[in-house]
Amino acid sequence: MNALSRRRFLQISAATVVAAGTASRALGTLAAAGAPGGGRGAKGDRQVATFCDICFWKCGAIATVRDGKLWKIEGNPADPLCRGRLCPRGTGGIGAHSDPDRLRSPLIRTHERGEEKWKEVTWDEALEFIAAKMKKIAAAHGPEAMALFSHGIGGTFLKHTLKAYGSANIAAPSFAQCRGPRDVGFRLTFGEDVGSPERTDIENAQCLVLIGSHLGENMHNTQVQEFATAVGRGASLIVVDPRFSVAASKAKYYLPIKPGTDLALLLAWMHVIVAEKLYDADYVAKYGFGFEPFAASLTSFTPEWAYPETGIDPETIRATAREMARYRPATLVHPGRHVNWNGDDAQRSRALALLNALLGSWGRKGGFYSPSVMDMPDYPYPDYPKPKQPKVDNPDHKYPFAHEALTTGIRDATISGQPYPIKGWLVYATNLLHALPNEAETLRAIKQLDLLVVVDVIPSEIAGWADVVLPESTYLERHDELNVELFKEPFVALRQPVIESPHDQKPNWWIARKLAEHLGLAAYYPWKDIEDYLGYRMKEAGLDFAALKKNGIIRGPRQPLYFDEGAPAEFGTPSGKIEFYSAQLEKAGFDPVPKYVPPVAGPPGAFRLLFGRAPMHSFSRTHSNRLLSGMMEENAVWVNAGIARRLGLKSGDRVRLKNQDGVLSNRIAVKATERIRPDCVYMVHGFGHTSRGLRHAFGKGASDAQLITRYKTDPLMGGTAMNVNFVTLEPAEAV
Amino acid sequence: MSRYIMVIDTRRCVGCHDCVVACQTENNVPAGYCRDWITETARGEFPTVQLEIRTERCNHCANPPCVYCCPTGASHIHERGGVVLVTHDKCIGCKACLAACPYDARFIHPEGYADKCTFCIHRVEKGQDPACVSVCPTRCMHFGDAEDPLSDVSRLLASRPHHTLLPEAGSKPRIYYLT
Repeated sequence: MNALSRRRFLQISAATVVAAGTASRALGTLAAAGAPGGGRGAKGDRQVATFCDICFWKCGAIATVRDGKLWKIEGNPADPLCRGRLCPRGTGGIGAHSDPDRLRSPLIRTHERGEEKWKEVTWDEALEFIAAKMKKIAAAHGPEAMALFSHGIGGTFLKHTLKAYGSANIAAPSFAQCRGPRDVGFRLTFGEDVGSPERTDIENAQCLVLIGSHLGENMHNTQVQEFATAVGRGASLIVVDPRFSVAASKAKYYLPIKPGTDLALLLAWMHVIVAEKLYDADYVAKYGFGFEPFAASLTSFTPEWAYPETGIDPETIRATAREMARYRPATLVHPGRHVNWNGDDAQRSRALALLNALLGSWGRKGGFYSPSVMDMPDYPYPDYPKPKQPKVDNPDHKYPFAHEALTTGIRDATISGQPYPIKGWLVYATNLLHALPNEAETLRAIKQLDLLVVVDVIPSEIAGWADVVLPESTYLERHDELNVELFKEPFVALRQPVIESPHDQKPNWWIARKLAEHLGLAAYYPWKDIEDYLGYRMKEAGLDFAALKKNGIIRGPRQPLYFDEGAPAEFGTPSGKIEFYSAQLEKAGFDPVPKYVPPVAGPPGAFRLLFGRAPMHSFSRTHSNRLLSGMMEENAVWVNAGIARRLGLKSGDRVRLKNQDGVLSNRIAVKATERIRPDCVYMVHGFGHTSRGLRHAFGKGASDAQLITRYKTDPLMGGTAMNVNFVTLEPAEAV
Repeated sequence: MSRYIMVIDTRRCVGCHDCVVACQTENNVPAGYCRDWITETARGEFPTVQLEIRTERCNHCANPPCVYCCPTGASHIHERGGVVLVTHDKCIGCKACLAACPYDARFIHPEGYADKCTFCIHRVEKGQDPACVSVCPTRCMHFGDAEDPLSDVSRLLASRPHHTLLPEAGSKPRIYYLT
């Protein structure tokens, strides 16, 4: 078995791979995984190892089928991501299989788009319909006129089919709507991304700083487990959030910051650390580039300067800066994940990266570790046709530091037809109407399309606008690509069916392959079936497929995690060092060191709309799962208790939120609470469904996405900042 | 004799509801009911707030009013660990126990009997932790024998401040919250 460090993986050269011994770990509790459905109606328990898909963390899991029925799913003790314990969404994942609202059969639209009226068709009819339209689009506009929006590992084979067809216009909301600014900020500074799973060494941090990151409510399993470990052993916790989050309740220092001013706080913290010479001078001297001009730029950013901006008093800023320095390098200033807030997000993330650099936490225990990955050669497919035009989403590198495709760039091109027309969308497992800001723009883009295909498990809002809807098997009923990720140790994990799909749903690999066949691209699928494909990859990697099927996971040898253990201290920046001063930013016309711009103020009397996560829901994808909706049926709008009193509102009252553009939300319950600032309101994302097919979730709670009519685009990388909308609370009519 | 108790570290708990979901699947709890639940108590004024999040369930009291008031003997103290259980086919669904429980931990199952947390005695008898404890991603829950001074639960109670819920009810609850 081979394992590579991240850097060597990036510079992959097949000849120079370090061989290492196998380290597979048998799972004593596991009975042999039977063929799915083989045990249908059979008495007794049958267990199958697989990995979860309720979020993208992909935790290893063991599902138990009792007397032919799916009974429960638990963490796989051999999995380094979940360490034997799933999160509530994972535990409730079996509710996806039994969800009575799930899509059952392929559908072709019979009425206007958005009317949610279809006829049931066979798979052959649906795929032939799509293929015919795709051929027509290719003939008229070229294959680049088809785009794919995809989220999660299940998109692997559809991406392959689209590339074989001739288009590279593939994007996921996870970049421009989520973690993109963070990864750009870290790349500009350290030359590398934070990655997913994040390379944060939370379990070893002695001081953990969370800026708007609400771990515990945001339920990324490994991170929450490590967070609890850190809290349990008394690590110093500093939480910066306009809302008194669950994490804030465990903090030594809670900083109730004015929304949108985080960069001012970061600059003031760095000012204190530099002015008081609290930084890791040896680390900065050894690995840093451009420290002097950076340090000089901080002179005026005193805590006293930051006070009126942030609302955080100077003594608290100084005390927390000293606290961070006291525990360095085991001080982790967490980079967060969903960081599209104010439009300054890449520069704010860069400031956060620079603070970590001052503390010397990158490459150090309790900071950011160096991840490694299993060496798994790709399947040897034929070469894809070379697209005749460059990707459509970022013409002329308008956003020079976008290193992944922009969903909103594809949307813009679809609306304008520039730089070239986009006439077809394939949408896989992402509910674009909840994920992208400004629903009206998405609908305008859809009007330009000759073809909209949605592949999903549930009838999401975007499915309601589709010409063809293809029902996918849930993760419990299908194979997928192997999970091979950069993490604390190399591993490969298998998703395999636990139970049969209840209706006419099909796995995505089957859908993608059949679509390729209908397009005359069968040569791109030389493998017999998915097991043949997966088995080939395992064989080429020198790994035992039978053991993987039995245990769900094979782990590789742990590699050095920190610089002092031998992890290479290399930085993929132009200078090859940690860039305190960024010449490439300067050359592109941006601030070489981050500068603060105050946030846009809202209309008088309006509250800034903030949104976040709940631990039992993923995106807008879990609200018809009866087990999970039973844990949280609808969202509420958090309103500061004093404000609520002034408005004559109490918890449980129903209101509608009205945004600055007059958009009125669904009815939503008030949560009057001391746990939020008076100048903002907060709600959990993903509720307020309008798809009639989601019978159970329909109309429950309100949708933040609907209220996010405005967004501010990050000039470095095209991310869409969404915390720039303001709402008032309007009385809702009685039921 | 053993005495099963639960010790729950409120500092680690994030209120994620995994314990609640796991109980539902493990015990096939009917939709709309629950044997365990999460409560949050916030005190103070923004921004100086104290928040305690607790996972709650039947306290398996050592002095259980639900057992004393049961007219049929369905509610009883199990020989193992002092766990309070209900024998379904002896229960007539009279709800006396629902009224007597200080913790509102019981409900009438759609099949007509009083139902509640069993400490997953079916798992415990196989040497496993209750489902809620076994899934908890924050590892804030501990289950064990209070009579064994070397058990995790005994050590935690000996070393950390803790409280129980409604001790004034006099039922001697057996779920302890570390603060």
